[in-house]
Amino acid sequence: MAQHYEPPKQAGVGQFIDSIVLMVLVFICLLAPVYLKADHSAAPPPEVQAEAAKAAATWQSLGQTPAQAQQWEKLGYTPETAQPIVENRFDYTVDPTALIVTIAVIVGYFVFVFRISDREYREVVRERFGNGGN
Amino acid sequence: MSEATTAAAGGSSGQPTRIALLKVLGPVHVWALGVGIVLVGEFMGWNFSVGKGGAYGSLIACWVVGLLYTCVAMIDSEVTSTVAAAGGQYTQAKHIVGPLMAFNVGLYLVMAYTMLEAGDALVVGDLMKAVAGEFGHADLDPRPFVVLSIAILAWLNYRGVFMTLTVNFVITAAAFLAIVILFFGVAPWEPGKVLLHKELLIDLPYGWIGVIAAMQFAMWYYLGIEGTCQAAEEVRSAGRSIPLGTMSGMITLLIAASLTWYVAAGLMPWEYLGQAITPLYDAAKLTGNGTLQVILFVGTIFSAIASANGCINDASRAWFSMGRDRYLPTWFGAVHPRYRTPYRAILFLIPIAVVFAFQAPLDQVISFSILSGLLGYTFMSLNMMKFRKQWPLGSIKRGYVHPFHPLPAIVLLVLCVATYFATFLGYGATLVAVMAFYILASAWFVFHRYKFVRRGDQFTMPWPRPKGY
Repeated sequence: MAQHYEPPKQAGVGQFIDSIVLMVLVFICLLAPVYLKADHSAAPPPEVQAEAAKAAATWQSLGQTPAQAQQWEKLGYTPETAQPIVENRFDYTVDPTALIVTIAVIVGYFVFVFRISDREYREVVRERFGNGGN
Repeated sequence: MSEATTAAAGGSSGQPTRIALLKVLGPVHVWALGVGIVLVGEFMGWNFSVGKGGAYGSLIACWVVGLLYTCVAMIDSEVTSTVAAAGGQYTQAKHIVGPLMAFNVGLYLVMAYTMLEAGDALVVGDLMKAVAGEFGHADLDPRPFVVLSIAILAWLNYRGVFMTLTVNFVITAAAFLAIVILFFGVAPWEPGKVLLHKELLIDLPYGWIGVIAAMQFAMWYYLGIEGTCQAAEEVRSAGRSIPLGTMSGMITLLIAASLTWYVAAGLMPWEYLGQAITPLYDAAKLTGNGTLQVILFVGTIFSAIASANGCINDASRAWFSMGRDRYLPTWFGAVHPRYRTPYRAILFLIPIAVVFAFQAPLDQVISFSILSGLLGYTFMSLNMMKFRKQWPLGSIKRGYVHPFHPLPAIVLLVLCVATYFATFLGYGATLVAVMAFYILASAWFVFHRYKFVRRGDQFTMPWPRPKGY
């Protein structure tokens, strides 16, 4: 029979600190792109809106057909207020280095998690079912 | 099963009492949990895929991602009906892959649902503001509505799962009905009268790369359907209720997604639709029909509330399960002695949802949720292959066996890879930040937290030794 592992008891303070650590990690990692404005946003940023407002736009100059213009107007928009929305486009130019780094991060993460999990799982199985394998 | 999965309701007395979650749910509740979480995706969020790939791009992405979720539902139905315990995929990972994967899967679930809950509350607030603006109160502060929504739903969850999911069934059905009413209200049999597809639809604005990019937000049509398995420990018959509730939920969502796209694309220019916060309410507004507008206002609010309600239910079950297994502080593994709910997990996650609802824009919140879901689907495809390898058919009792294995698992993995690339297009920094979180959290678990976890106790299913181990 495999040796039984008896974990240490965790004090209340330790439990509290562990809860906070995870939450801090969440906030730092997930709010970072928001504050660093590293990504595209569905809503146009204020500076784009201000820049767009400088030029006098018309529905035609925005490439809107009469039917499209009619729907914009029903929604309460004028060419000036619609301009930053119409001109807020995604840039799908792929940066090969960024793509390779992203792939490496995702693949590396899964390889790491599966390898360590396998090691831990063998320990669990040994303790639950004994040393004999199949 | 309930004896094996009981939880310590430890309190200040120091003498733990063994209390189990209640087995009171049927297929209707499973449907309500799955569709309730997801249906809000038809009322908001899916349309960001129009912004990334145009209206046609969004439709193609919707179909492709529908295939991804069909694979998810097939796989989930088999594994969950066999591993019927709170925590859903987390518990599956614990029994099939190993502790670190289980810890990560638990976090995927918590983050996906908590972010979705934050998004739901944001929509409630924004819609209240929009409607108040139409009645001359444009300066209405939406934040009290956000906090109030989350607080009331948390209270409902705190008080009991049966009432929570019964309420979800009623409001989800009403929200779905609102979509059907809108569809008939725009007279689809008379093209050009209300719906202007011919005039509004244009070719793919970004070409085919836009279609791939649109897959990221097309996930929003269905994200969360896999949440049905969080109820596994609380259903009366997991083998019947989980597959029935999940599959009927998926059919409901495919119908709702098609109707939603058809109506919205025929009423709004794609540039507007691609950034709208409440597109179906806007669609109703464009019809000029006051009754439809009221129905869609109610439908949007109901869908957001049903979703947030289901999210609180699911995120707290995952957090609770991790606490019960010592992956997180054991304090979270407590069941309320009277209401039999994971009340500490429910309360702990409230401020997190509120902070995200206040601090991050909706598309970023949705991206966090989608990425956590996507990591979970990647796990599910690999998990399914391991599950069949370690316990081949016939070696253990399965509640349901999905057909064509390993095709659904392979298709799921390929579509997940495509969706990672879709996220990279436009939201690459968010993708890396989310990965950084899971890598750091994994390191924390391996080097610190795992020492508090009992090894053999993690395997609670009455199965034989896995093959290959």
